[in-house]
Amino acid sequence: MSGLLLIEQSLNGLQFGLMLFLLAAGLTLVFGIMDMINLAHGSMYMVGAFVAAWLVELTGSFLLGVVLAVPLTALFGMAMESTLLRTLYARDHLSQVLATFALILILNESVRMIWGSDLPLSAPAALAGPVELMPGLSYPAYRLLIIAVGLVLALALYGLVAHTRVGALVRAGASNREMAMTMGVNIPRLFTAVFGVGAALCAVAGALLGPLFAVQVGMGESILILAFVVIVIGGIGSVRGALVGSLLVGMVDTLGRTLMPHLFREFLPPQMASAAGPAVASVIVYLLMAVVLFVKPEGLFPARG
Amino acid sequence: MNTPSTRRLVLETVVAWLALVLALAFPFAMRAIDAEFYISVASRIGIYAIAATSLNLLLGYGGLVSFGHAAFFGLGAYCVGVPIAEGFANGWLGFGLAMGVAGAAALAIGAISLRTRGVYFIMITLAFAQMLYYLANSIKAYGGDEGLNISRRSDFGFGLDLKDDTTFYFVVLTLLAAVLIGLRRLVASRFGRAIQAIRDDDVRAESIGYPTFRFKLLLFVIAGAVGGLAGALMVNQQNYVNPNLLYWTQSGTLMIMVILGGVGTVWGGLIGAAVLLILEETLSAYTVHWQFYVGWILLIVVLFAPRGLAGLLVRPRRSD
Repeated sequence: MSGLLLIEQSLNGLQFGLMLFLLAAGLTLVFGIMDMINLAHGSMYMVGAFVAAWLVELTGSFLLGVVLAVPLTALFGMAMESTLLRTLYARDHLSQVLATFALILILNESVRMIWGSDLPLSAPAALAGPVELMPGLSYPAYRLLIIAVGLVLALALYGLVAHTRVGALVRAGASNREMAMTMGVNIPRLFTAVFGVGAALCAVAGALLGPLFAVQVGMGESILILAFVVIVIGGIGSVRGALVGSLLVGMVDTLGRTLMPHLFREFLPPQMASAAGPAVASVIVYLLMAVVLFVKPEGLFPARG
Repeated sequence: MNTPSTRRLVLETVVAWLALVLALAFPFAMRAIDAEFYISVASRIGIYAIAATSLNLLLGYGGLVSFGHAAFFGLGAYCVGVPIAEGFANGWLGFGLAMGVAGAAALAIGAISLRTRGVYFIMITLAFAQMLYYLANSIKAYGGDEGLNISRRSDFGFGLDLKDDTTFYFVVLTLLAAVLIGLRRLVASRFGRAIQAIRDDDVRAESIGYPTFRFKLLLFVIAGAVGGLAGALMVNQQNYVNPNLLYWTQSGTLMIMVILGGVGTVWGGLIGAAVLLILEETLSAYTVHWQFYVGWILLIVVLFAPRGLAGLLVRPRRSD
């Protein structure tokens, strides 16, 4: 276990954490402001990735495809919010679970009907190679791009929520919706906008992670649960909490996958160690959440005052 | 005393007996028309109905939105599957182990989860189920992520051959009936009333003097054990255990069945399981995109029948 490997894996953790943040930011606001469980949030990620892969193929340019996919997905998300999801806010959590689970089925199959079960999407050729960060440590250029985009978006979002008037309205909504409405905040319109931003961020994450994982039907389901873990750890409704939670989960998950097998090799036969390592790493994330909930039931940064 | 509620009770009893007679005649009718395949479909519905009913006990009567019920379902399945793979096919042992381990897991998970509430309870139950899912994935000795094929079925003695589809069907039917009757009696018992009082207002229930935490935990354990029973049956039905039985979408499916059928109704779990699985079975014969249509149907139900399908059949009871 060398230091270089550790740095490389930390960068991978940072990259994964930032992408998780893009998913979790929208989810935590939807959850925090409207008290709505939206299982279909992962479907936005999938739709964004498919639209991006399709447009990249169509335009022949990775940049153009991704840049076009983001507003399209945002529009799609806003349309879905103002036609369907809006009617669910006043309902109980169970109805929201059923309805958004139904949406997962519908969107999965719609995507399959339009594009098939998967689409190819690869990183732009210019970024395919590695970059030498320091002697002995080269790192894929494409992953560096993801980190850069993630950092810029995280900072922009943080600035938006923490330092602008719109952000103050969003925070007011998350803290106490009724009070904010009484003070004259147009929550329904604000909310459609929040939903659009959330969908756009999903599309960015889906398009950027597409070349690393795979653009396929069902890609939203596994990452959705991780995003939920993130927002529960961070505190529902808190963007700052989502950022801390994302980085924590991204790091723990990535480093766990690398370090656990090494650790286990110390006292287990190698075959068992390589099998148990990744599993234990996957479990750690959930264990982390259970511990956080047990110690701080409202998450690390509770939004409700 | 010919009040609406006694009339409803009479009607419900008549319907229940009618359903039982139909269920008893079903396999013979299917054999008569050479459609034996549907006997095993019906067994599958029965198994899911048991699992969904146990979840409904939590969702509907306890007000505990558990999003990790697949944990108990899957544990039950592994508790039967693993001993069979090791050569111990005794059904009493396997089923006892399934209910015991699932109940014990529910005790541990519940003891921690029940300290949280609302959305956090939903998420922490989900987290525990996901942990078990990943653990099951890692146990290479028992198939890991590929799952484990089971060559035999549980052996209960007395000449009971679970390999025979009709026999298996009657075993499932008997257990389902027992679970439904058990649910009815439990809900009407002192404990059941207390649980519903806790659901409606736990501070009030606590100040009356009910040990709310212990009652909720007991409810969680009962539901977990019955969920384990359903898992034990599932292995015998499909001769196969795999980690997907523990995946969150499985918990989601069980939840969908309950909400679809009717939360907090005795028949909700059965109706939901039957409707969802029959829809799947029917639509998948016509189109590979059956999930698309199932999705729309679920969406229409949630928008226009907020109390589930069972809620459409009976008018809302006034709070009396």
